[in-house]
Amino acid sequence: MKQIITLNINNQNYDVVVTPMDLLVDVIRKTVGLTGTKKGCGQGDCGACTVLIDGKPELSCIKLAVASVGKKITTIEGIANEDGTLHPIQDAFLDHGAVQCGFCTPGMILSAKALVDRNPNPTQKEIKTAISGNTCRCTGYINIIEAIESYANSVAEKEAK
Amino acid sequence: MGKMYEVANRYNNYRDYTKEFTEVGRSIRRPDGPDKVKGSVRYTDDLTLPRMVYGKLLRSKHAHANIVKIDYSKALELEGVLAVITGEDCPIPYGIVPHNANEHALAVGKVRNWGEPVAAVAATTEEIAEKALELIEVEYEVLEALVDPREAVKRDDVRIHEDSPNNICYEGIQIYGDPEKALAEADYVLEQDYYSSYVNHGFIEPQSALADFNVATGKLHLYATCQVPHYTHQQLAKVLEMPLNKIRITVPLIGGGFGGKGVASQADFCASILSRKIGRPVKITYERSEVFATNNGRHPCYMKMKLGFDKTGKITACDFTNLMDGGAYAGWGIVVLFYTASMVHIPYMIPNVRFDGKRIYTNKPTCGAFRGLGGVQPRFAMEQMLDQAAAHFGMDPYEIRMLNAAESGYTAMSKMYIPHTEYKKCLTECVEKSGYKEKHGKLPFGKGIGLSGGYYISGTSYTLYLSYKPHTVATIKVDEENDVTVYCGATDIGQGVDMVMAQMAAETLGVKTEDVTVIPRDTSVSTFDLGTFASRLTFATGWAIRQAAEKINAELKPVAAGMLGIRGDEVEVQGGEFYNIYKPKQRVPWREVVSSYIQTNGPLSMTGQFTPPRRKGIQQGGNIGHSPTFGFSAQIAEVDVDLETGKINVVKITEAGDCGVAINPQSVEGQVHGSIQMGMGQALYEEMKIAPDGTFLNPSFHDYKLPTALDMPEIDANIVDAYDPSAPYGAKESGEGPIQPTIPAIFNAVYDAIGVRFTEMPLTPEKVLNAIKEQKAKGVF
Repeated sequence: MKQIITLNINNQNYDVVVTPMDLLVDVIRKTVGLTGTKKGCGQGDCGACTVLIDGKPELSCIKLAVASVGKKITTIEGIANEDGTLHPIQDAFLDHGAVQCGFCTPGMILSAKALVDRNPNPTQKEIKTAISGNTCRCTGYINIIEAIESYANSVAEKEAK
Repeated sequence: MGKMYEVANRYNNYRDYTKEFTEVGRSIRRPDGPDKVKGSVRYTDDLTLPRMVYGKLLRSKHAHANIVKIDYSKALELEGVLAVITGEDCPIPYGIVPHNANEHALAVGKVRNWGEPVAAVAATTEEIAEKALELIEVEYEVLEALVDPREAVKRDDVRIHEDSPNNICYEGIQIYGDPEKALAEADYVLEQDYYSSYVNHGFIEPQSALADFNVATGKLHLYATCQVPHYTHQQLAKVLEMPLNKIRITVPLIGGGFGGKGVASQADFCASILSRKIGRPVKITYERSEVFATNNGRHPCYMKMKLGFDKTGKITACDFTNLMDGGAYAGWGIVVLFYTASMVHIPYMIPNVRFDGKRIYTNKPTCGAFRGLGGVQPRFAMEQMLDQAAAHFGMDPYEIRMLNAAESGYTAMSKMYIPHTEYKKCLTECVEKSGYKEKHGKLPFGKGIGLSGGYYISGTSYTLYLSYKPHTVATIKVDEENDVTVYCGATDIGQGVDMVMAQMAAETLGVKTEDVTVIPRDTSVSTFDLGTFASRLTFATGWAIRQAAEKINAELKPVAAGMLGIRGDEVEVQGGEFYNIYKPKQRVPWREVVSSYIQTNGPLSMTGQFTPPRRKGIQQGGNIGHSPTFGFSAQIAEVDVDLETGKINVVKITEAGDCGVAINPQSVEGQVHGSIQMGMGQALYEEMKIAPDGTFLNPSFHDYKLPTALDMPEIDANIVDAYDPSAPYGAKESGEGPIQPTIPAIFNAVYDAIGVRFTEMPLTPEKVLNAIKEQKAKGVF
């Protein structure tokens, strides 16, 4: 039943022992030890477990670990710069007061970054839609939306140059 | 040392007069922010300890049943299972209010709600623990379940708790003035029934507990998602029959609480008991369905409110009857019951008040503390009735509120005293900013605008058990190695209280907030504090911190004065420097003064404390709701009702709040936004559904609908200019006041839109569509 698979997480290969039933979120959190990925509902409803798989936001609590072999997985720990300084989207979240309890924050940042990576000029509606699968109960989303708008603007400005 | 300067200090706080704060009033970045955005903070479930194992709870599928027999022998035989416990292992009841503590870590003899835990397992993996649960055989004798408090109160033949006739958990009557006479003599009397719904906090982090019992030392170390480590500490000691000093509770960061983590969870007890039994650390983390089964959410209330007015529109009397659905156990129940009583006394002046309330047991997950507890329900009734009364008197809803609004210095009939309020400013500011007067009553059918006010306590004057010890203690240590370290017991549940405490300490000490480290949330390391509830921290813990900081200044100022060659009371400190207030160019760095002090005097630390004042002449339960001061807010909702589907779209909310001085304006804004989201969810769609047999129908985020980013209105949040002289740095609550007006503002807006008064939450499309059809049939549009 058990097998060794290789998961590429944040550009590093991890050889992990899993069963076919093991969920990606549990392997990331418990086996690999990257606890930044959160589990809020375990049923794919709240988005706290969001990771990027080949750049696309996916819910790791309803995804099997074995289905992620050969793909590039990005967790929140893979967003900051190599030297540990914050990525501009992380700075934007802090500048705009988009973080309170912080439990939804990893998933929220990953969903937002994936949006801006594919669309540096999102409308407010597109931003809201992109994070509509990520539930936040503290902030009322207002400052999160502002943070994402401000980050997208900075990316768009850079691209214009 | 420093005695004369302690005295001088009292007259020397001229920043309280000039209000030239540098650290307070600054929207600094949260100190915990960088780790939160990097995903490197540790919540309870992120922790692991050597030799740690996993615990799981077996929960009842019946809402009301006697437990005939539990056989867990097969579970114990399963490889990897280390221990199984049942109610027999935890016979001592607990409860946050000692008057009627009737909860157990695991059901004893009987289950009283769907999802009540009956057994707990510790195993080497979660999978084995789950398998073990399936092997536990529980024989139940199913009893009739009561899920409606209106029925339960009549059914003495079905007692949920044997010692509670008619399933009454608690009841109380308060009479202030002569409400009967006042109502008889009133020019206009309005009477209406209301129902407020059964909702859950929906915090994203499920409860988790990691218990580490050290058999060699007999000490227990619990890491838990807990807003009230002090009360949990006491209850663990009681249930585990251990002395307090053998128990340590550390609270890692919390992923949202909103009151739901304001009681000890069954995971806290079961993990601790299992750990003690097997001598290994045990972690229990809830699934989302278990969070719903635990609940502690808002009490549904069946309310009847009667308001009397004189011919000018002034309120002369309020008669408020409240039948509360408490669910299976007592929890915070008594407290919430009497909060609903006290909440009608403010923000309007009401000279005659009668309250008649009962909290009823039903076979549903227990209700407890939820943001703005006890206030949201009566506010829902009263703020709609004010609009109705305004229409009767031909007044604007804004005018009737201004006419009745209390002012600073008002003492309510319940003896609740308002040292400071800018409530009228809140009303005026949001009316002006939203263009309310130009829009109200003038928008096309289907579009509406609604006003509501509200207030909340900013602390609580009484402890949950009789005690005269200080409600909060803060110790500040100043040294060369760490600059400033603040030890306090305030529990950050996401609202950012660690940062707010640091800002307040920095303000008085005259250093940068970034140079202050706060050590909170640990019953062994930090200082005593009652916990995070009643919006008490900014005011109560704030005063304790300020007192400790002033004592530090009283020590350091004479040293600085000596170094500057001036008198001690001529010294002030700000921006990391002590300076001569008359010749501000004469300066000495704060760090040099600290070094000099320590070299000549030794280490420096000081402790402050705070206990709110008590008031005389209080009726039964009337001490509940007393607070050293109060926060106020007003909101205006603009809605767009879809006439085809009945769906209500909240387009915009304009808010104006009086939180005194905002210590961190961005955080205040965040509290307002979050409150509005939560209030809107309850107004429009959130509701826990319980079947007649007590089965929980929607214990998941799939079926219990929370607002998403797409549902949010535009929010214009405003902090009115305010300074509460009774508060530290003029600051008071902002965490629970802003949810008070949201629901009635939306309901008033819906009335303005379609001309129908709704008296029950939530405003589902079905209800709205039926109302629209009726209006259509009447030819209203």
